Amino acid sequence: MASDAIADIKATFFQECEEQLAELEAGLLALEGGDADLETINAIFRAVHSIKGGAGAFHLDDLVRFAHAYETSLDNLRAGRISATPAGTRVMLRAADMLADLVRAARDGGAADIARGEAIIEELVALGGGPEDPGLDEGDGMDGLDFMPVQVSFDSDSLDGGEATAGDPSAPRYVIQFKPKPGLYAKANEAGLLLRELARLGEASVRCDVSEVPLLPDLDPEGAYLSWTIVLRGDVDEAAIREVFEFVADDCDLDIRREDEAPPAPAAAQSGDPDILSLLKKLEAEVQNQRGEAVERTPGQPSPVGLQTIDRQPAAEKSTKAEAGKTTAGAAAASGQTTIRVDIDRVDRLVDLIGELVINQAMLAQRVAEAGLGRGSAVATGLDELERLTREIQDSVMAIRAQPVKPVFQRMSRIVREVAEITGKSVHLVTDGESTEVDKTVIERLADPLTHMIRNAIDHGIEEPAKRIAAGKPGEGVVRLSALHRSGRIVIEVADDGAGINRARVREIAARKGLVSADAVLSDDEIDNLIFAPGFSTAETVSNISGRGVGMDVVKRSIQALGGRISISSRPGAGSTFTMSLPLTLAVLDGMVVSVAGQTLVLPLTAIVETLQPSETDLHAFGTSGQVILVRKALTPLIDVGLRLGFRTSPADSLSCVVILVESEGGGRSALLVDAIQDQRQIVVKSLEGNYGHVPGIAAATILGDGRVALILDVDTLVAARQANALEQSQAA
Amino acid sequence: MSKTVLTVDDSRTMRQMLRAALVDAGFNVLQADDGVAGLEVLEAETPDVIITDINMPRLDGFGFIEGVRREPRHRAVPILVLTTESDAAKKAKARSAGATGWIVKPFDPEKLVTAIRRVTA
Amino acid sequence: MSQTQSTEAEPRKVVAFRIGNQEFCVDIMSVREIRTWTPATPLPRSPDFVRGVINLRGFVLPIIDLAARFGFPPAEPTAQNVIIVTQIGQRTVGLLVDAVSDILTVTDDLVQPTPDIASDRAAAFVRGVFVIEGRMISFVALEGVVPSAEREAA
Repeated sequence: MASDAIADIKATFFQECEEQLAELEAGLLALEGGDADLETINAIFRAVHSIKGGAGAFHLDDLVRFAHAYETSLDNLRAGRISATPAGTRVMLRAADMLADLVRAARDGGAADIARGEAIIEELVALGGGPEDPGLDEGDGMDGLDFMPVQVSFDSDSLDGGEATAGDPSAPRYVIQFKPKPGLYAKANEAGLLLRELARLGEASVRCDVSEVPLLPDLDPEGAYLSWTIVLRGDVDEAAIREVFEFVADDCDLDIRREDEAPPAPAAAQSGDPDILSLLKKLEAEVQNQRGEAVERTPGQPSPVGLQTIDRQPAAEKSTKAEAGKTTAGAAAASGQTTIRVDIDRVDRLVDLIGELVINQAMLAQRVAEAGLGRGSAVATGLDELERLTREIQDSVMAIRAQPVKPVFQRMSRIVREVAEITGKSVHLVTDGESTEVDKTVIERLADPLTHMIRNAIDHGIEEPAKRIAAGKPGEGVVRLSALHRSGRIVIEVADDGAGINRARVREIAARKGLVSADAVLSDDEIDNLIFAPGFSTAETVSNISGRGVGMDVVKRSIQALGGRISISSRPGAGSTFTMSLPLTLAVLDGMVVSVAGQTLVLPLTAIVETLQPSETDLHAFGTSGQVILVRKALTPLIDVGLRLGFRTSPADSLSCVVILVESEGGGRSALLVDAIQDQRQIVVKSLEGNYGHVPGIAAATILGDGRVALILDVDTLVAARQANALEQSQAA
Repeated sequence: MSKTVLTVDDSRTMRQMLRAALVDAGFNVLQADDGVAGLEVLEAETPDVIITDINMPRLDGFGFIEGVRREPRHRAVPILVLTTESDAAKKAKARSAGATGWIVKPFDPEKLVTAIRRVTA
Repeated sequence: MSQTQSTEAEPRKVVAFRIGNQEFCVDIMSVREIRTWTPATPLPRSPDFVRGVINLRGFVLPIIDLAARFGFPPAEPTAQNVIIVTQIGQRTVGLLVDAVSDILTVTDDLVQPTPDIASDRAAAFVRGVFVIEGRMISFVALEGVVPSAEREAA
């Protein structure tokens, strides 16, 4: 097999492993929740079994070893030899995590913690139910020869092993007596084929004993009346001969004797019997004959005469069937598959094309308007229809990229287990809305912030069991992770039933770190939101759970980078809830189209708090060139966007402009000064980085209805670049 | 004329591996992903040999073999069972369900072809 | 032309274009298409030779003003100007020039080293020159024309 074919299969294997690991975990969680039926347990078993099977093919020995031990335990569970106790299920879940680590180590070339694996194997064995390796030495005698693990070698060497030894006079001679039982034929084995295989091992002469064939009236069509005696000369051992009969060992009388061991060889074998080839010809003719008959017979009726009942399709019919079966299409259709796998690049190409279509449609609409055709005209009506269709196509294509949040949610259950174990707290994860769909990219970039929030919830939110019980709560804390669609966005919540935010401490820390002044008047909500401030961390010591120096500010930034918002609500003693609202896709966003110094720019709607018309009394000069604006009694820095981006050199007249209040990283608010607001609409996001590079203050670009490119502002860098830019400006001046 | 093999396995990896090895060896390949799908394929197709896994959703290998053998048209089609080295009991069970032989996982293409040759004309 | 030379230089096609009264060329293999000038959306705080970005059938194409890049006096482009859409490494970039003048076949052995005029900014972007039919044409080294991603990020 070609090496790229092997690489392909390996890629499939790892892909499939991920699916099976997800299935495994889902099954185990169902088991833990007490709502697992037999099919769930079977699915759990199959997942591990399947991973083991594939791993064996690729010599992933550590993985095979662990999966085997795990499988044994699961088999015990399946067979009812052990029951699913909570403790046992926890071991099973840890084993699933270990299995996932081993799979990923095998895939990425890293090393998994083998010692941990061994410890888990011991725990699995301790669950009881049977030996670690029930099957490894459980041969049934006749099959023993085949029980050697087979090394995979994809070099396709010659399949005709035994030819070289044929006719070697010094080779050992065997006398084989072979008498099939009816069961042999019932399982679709054929004596003739076995004799043919035998002939490959050396020089064989065969004698057929027909003495037991009854007269026609007594003949049972499914009976077995023939027996053979074969004399084989070849440089093979008895094991190789037994292997030929491997499948039929229980369905025949077989006697194999080396001639030097058994001097009185049967007389038949020594007489000049027809050689193997002519016998084979004869057998083949018989088979053909029966096939011929099968044409006339009603399928299913036993052959009226014959040594065996072989009910095969006529050759001609077979060949057409074989042609038809060259592709799996038929099989796939027959198996009722409802999903297909598509390369993500193809989907992305489609997304790009739809983006172009949306732009073209907008351009066309603008041209029609420019041409002075009224809204009631046939062209305009047709255009409305086109717009509707375009939107629909766009939504459908975006839906292709959409995936359920389930895999990310499932990953969180592992995080909960790990953090609970480290902190010694007892925590139960409840998930809700796992099937809620969102763009693939959003899902991928959701894992890190979610992980962080979950860790935080357990580390800082959930109390020690004793503390909880003292507070009248159950000893086991609950973290609830939920997702739902709300007005075209996905809302994800991480809620815990812990102690809630300790506002006094948050305030004290914020004051100590200079985030707020010690005597500032803050609402509860404002205090709670301080945890998102850069550099804020409530942990007394840097814990290895919530991370080093990484706080909720990073979480907030990652959510904002996805065009999302995050907020917290907390009730002392009852817990905290983080709520995130994210766009369903990153390919389009809702934007406010504004004009600045003759340029058209787009502001992501998610960053905008409100827009307002400045009045003279609200504006105040600050320093040499700075300006602040009073918004709801808060002094907010005013940023002249045209000046900041270098689109103009002297400040705009603030009073004839519009102020857009935005919230940036860390929750800080700024006021952006723009000339006018044009429109609010959904736009298609186009990257600038591919062909050009990163532009400070600019997130991406889009194409407007007039075909021109408009830049999308990156509010965070625009606002954060305050000092740096002021310097740049003074240098440029 | 090349022979047609139906493989029944729920693992995509295994299906891909079987397909690669069998196509290389000159077989036509039909595939199904569980026992039910396998029986559905057999309503329309008549393979020369069937290779099936045991552990599958919906209908496992034993049930599948019994299903095949119940259908007179397929009563004489050789069926090879994919099994792991530790499954002696399963082999016996597969045999009593009507399996013709077995292929031990992990298998190599040579082993696969030898097993097929042993059961097909 | 070059029969007396023993080099086995492969003939290749180049697209020749004018900036002011000088002629330059790029390998035709790196040229995707040629289109007329359309006003570009300026990029904030970009170098003077970056004209901005335009919409090329739904893709955002940055435009480099080659005259500005080579240090020629600045001039506002008109509808007479053309954009040569080129592939430079992984990027697609539009080059703003005055006009496309010719498509020529040249062999590498015709190309001479850039004359040593260190003071000229254009020399830095030229990998060699050749004379054909009495015209001197400078071969533009495209890699140097676009600001590198690193510099851009810095």
